[in-house]
Amino acid sequence: MTALPPPSKKKLGLVIDLDTCVGCHACAVACKEWNDGGQFGPLPDSDPYGADPVGVWFNRVHTYEVAPHDANSIADARPGSFQASTSNVVHFPRSCLHCETPDCVTVCPTGASYKRAEDGIVLVDEDKCIGCQLCAWACPYGAREISLERRHPAQTGRPDKRGTMQKCTLCVDRIYNETLDEEDRQPACVKACPTRARHFGDIGDPDSAISKLVAERGGYDLMPEFGYKPVNKYLPPRPRRDGSHMPAPMLQGETVDPARLPPLLRWLDKVLSR
Amino acid sequence: MKPALSVIFFTVLAGAGYGLWCLMGGALALGVYPPGRGNVLGPLAIGFVFVSVGLLSSTLHLGRPGRAWRAFSQWDSSWLSREGLAAMATYLPMFAVAGLARGEHEFIPTRVAGGILCLCALATLWCTARIYTSLKPIAAWRDPRVLPLYLLFGLLSGGLWLWAYLAFNPGLLAGPFALALLALAAIAAGVKLAYWKVVDAKPADSAGHATGLETLGSVRPFEGPTTEGNYLTREMAFVLARKHAHALRRYAVTLLALVPIAAIVLILIWPSTHVWLAPLAAVSCVLGLFVERWLFFAQARHAVAAYFPVQQG
Repeated sequence: MTALPPPSKKKLGLVIDLDTCVGCHACAVACKEWNDGGQFGPLPDSDPYGADPVGVWFNRVHTYEVAPHDANSIADARPGSFQASTSNVVHFPRSCLHCETPDCVTVCPTGASYKRAEDGIVLVDEDKCIGCQLCAWACPYGAREISLERRHPAQTGRPDKRGTMQKCTLCVDRIYNETLDEEDRQPACVKACPTRARHFGDIGDPDSAISKLVAERGGYDLMPEFGYKPVNKYLPPRPRRDGSHMPAPMLQGETVDPARLPPLLRWLDKVLSR
Repeated sequence: MKPALSVIFFTVLAGAGYGLWCLMGGALALGVYPPGRGNVLGPLAIGFVFVSVGLLSSTLHLGRPGRAWRAFSQWDSSWLSREGLAAMATYLPMFAVAGLARGEHEFIPTRVAGGILCLCALATLWCTARIYTSLKPIAAWRDPRVLPLYLLFGLLSGGLWLWAYLAFNPGLLAGPFALALLALAAIAAGVKLAYWKVVDAKPADSAGHATGLETLGSVRPFEGPTTEGNYLTREMAFVLARKHAHALRRYAVTLLALVPIAAIVLILIWPSTHVWLAPLAAVSCVLGLFVERWLFFAQARHAVAAYFPVQQG
């Protein structure tokens, strides 16, 4: 079972738009909530209200500063200077990419980690996983996290060790769930996104809406050199109207160009500058 | 990578055990092993303790040790599964050699069993190394020197224990085995030094590369996904070791190679010192390998660390 299935025609996955993501973490919270109560749950944290809380999230949102190579970085800017930053902030949701040829499946010694032949979703069989963590080591995208707790601490007085690997299921318990309205048969993260920065569909079908979106916007693979062939794609931030990736300056700073002032102010500037 | 003590304990101890069995089995097969039943059973038992304690320790790394038996099923794709099978299979020729040992080792079945023991032990060491070399996100483990180093260190540490045991039988001390151990220690230390040099020169992965945003400019992690650490930052982004790496590397090489080399040379000059110098060399090598293995994990950078903000200073 650990061997990869032959390439499936259907490749379900996500397309994430880095141009419209505003970094609100709604996808991550919706994911955590659904998977705490869904078929693969619960997903409790260790020490949730204590000094050292830690727990599994299938989806995490990072934030990066992207400084065009000729621009000032936030870190370089002098305090109080209006010439502070010409760099952009890019929010970057990170989750399992449901790769076509991932090593997280083949390194698994028990067959717990597997890729579905019918739609390419990568899953962990909770009942077979021994918690060796080799799959997490094999993933450069940080898609897998081990779960230490089995139940919410309030429900059990004694330690209840889970010790198995957890990961994004692409909400397989939603997308085929006929008890839900058809509109709701999408991953929880996609449904929650307020800016529609997340799209779900079949990357394997060139005529699907998300395949067209990827083609139109130049969607790219993360770290393709590992050869895992990620199914999920990322859409790069769009360039500005002037073609650059630099945000337009909003304040002029302390310098004044007298030539651009109205005549009265130009005269005043001239008088006061004496 | 977080240096898990259970895995370090396993790779060092079991490595020594399989190295010992490999050398002994090879010597039996070639018909050059010193005679005497005790000379076979004693070292076999030392190897048995090392291998078994190591294997038990490795299960402590599992989230669900009770399901460890499931790891034998996926030998067609998983090196961890292959290692488990090879480790179990090696017990069979080991017991066969123990049962067939008669004192004189001309007995053909003993020699055949020794040959199989040698190959099985070598295969187990090979599989252990391949677990690490097959992990693409950890560049330091993909280095081509990692696999030979696992074999060399296993043979060196196991060989020193075998030698320490045989040293108590007068007349078996000097000769080719001591010289072979000297060569092994020198080669292993040399390859490890070359490995460190190459690994140090490898640049760390950048956030720009990890996110694919490097084409737009220089990318700096601005905020992590959470204010606290998580499994990924604790397991994959372990940085404590780099601060003391150079001192620890010196201790490692001294303990695993220089002390054994000095001990062997002294014993060759003054054979009477073997009683305490030979075990000292064996213990020193294992201690040095603990340091070496700790660094092997602690210094290895995982590609996923590039996504996270790094504490400056």
